[in-house]
Amino acid sequence: MDATTEDRWQKVVYDTLKKNGVTIFSYVPDAGHRMAIDLSLADPDVHSVALTTEEEGVALAAGAHLGGAKSALLMQSSGLGNCINFFSMITGGKFPFLTILSMRGDYGEGNPWQMGMGKATRPILDAMGFVTVEITRRDEVETAIDAACTMAFQSGEAVAVLLTQKLIGAKKF
Amino acid sequence: MAKSEKSAPKFDLDRSVVVPQIIGKQEDFLFIGGLAGTAKDLASITNDGWNYYGMAGAMGAAVSMGLGLALARPDKKVIVATGDGELLMNVGSLATASILNPPNLRILCVDNGHYGETGYQLSHTSLGVDLEQMAIGAGIKSTMTVESQDQISAGARMLRESNGTCFVLLRVKPEDGPKFKRDMDPGSTRLRFLQGMKG
Repeated sequence: MDATTEDRWQKVVYDTLKKNGVTIFSYVPDAGHRMAIDLSLADPDVHSVALTTEEEGVALAAGAHLGGAKSALLMQSSGLGNCINFFSMITGGKFPFLTILSMRGDYGEGNPWQMGMGKATRPILDAMGFVTVEITRRDEVETAIDAACTMAFQSGEAVAVLLTQKLIGAKKF
Repeated sequence: MAKSEKSAPKFDLDRSVVVPQIIGKQEDFLFIGGLAGTAKDLASITNDGWNYYGMAGAMGAAVSMGLGLALARPDKKVIVATGDGELLMNVGSLATASILNPPNLRILCVDNGHYGETGYQLSHTSLGVDLEQMAIGAGIKSTMTVESQDQISAGARMLRESNGTCFVLLRVKPEDGPKFKRDMDPGSTRLRFLQGMKG
């Protein structure tokens, strides 16, 4: 995949979240979200929050909601395991919640350390009561993220968007 | 000052007295409360009011939740009140708060040196860990430790007047706080908070 094409769909992720009113972006640095992270850092109209662990972003989103703001947590699927206990607040309290997961341990993965969480991602999301939206093609990024924002911020659901490795491409080792 | 030169921490204050004193007029703040002891402190102080959202799970979430609220509402002063055990579970959240440094975020750690809710097992802060030093190391510019009655007014002033994110470590006796039966439903208290913010 050439860099320009990759940048384009990554920019669509950011622009679509912003169009849906997200003003707080939180993340642990990740290649799949590189563009969205850089755009949030350069954007004076949003808060760009670098986390030490992904679970902080779950609590941050809940606090932002209490203050009337919309937040999105950008993370790699390996970070999902760090969040599980905090999801009990999200689903128990029916907090609107949106996370965008860049998948590892998925289609074409060459790092065996990533496979455990990759295989567990969907079962974990199901167990914690999430609505899951998978994206495999670049031309569905905008509509899928629009749909996810609607379910999170209008229906008050916990929603995870999976940027699969069919979309992102697998890292070479 | 090197650790060896510091006097031993004093866990002498009565939380039922000093937590209300250091907060003062509670209507001036929005509160995020950690679990157990501080949850009861805050429920008692606010009469389980709308301006208080307290947890009974998700241990380690309090500072991050307060950060999200502080960023969303820069016009309101937000106090996160939490215990030593809850904060120890996510000290990295101090680093995140420090980098953002919202001027309206205040962190009050009520440190009794124990895990009170589970039978008063010693926590790390009874065994040499100093959470104010960890806050300083995280880069929080305004910090202080309050462990005697004559330091309360300075702690209250920091919570009220700080122009950046601040951290106050309030050391108290390892005893239960006020008995208070609060609403522990994470959904009804969420709606109560949102409703109060509108009014």
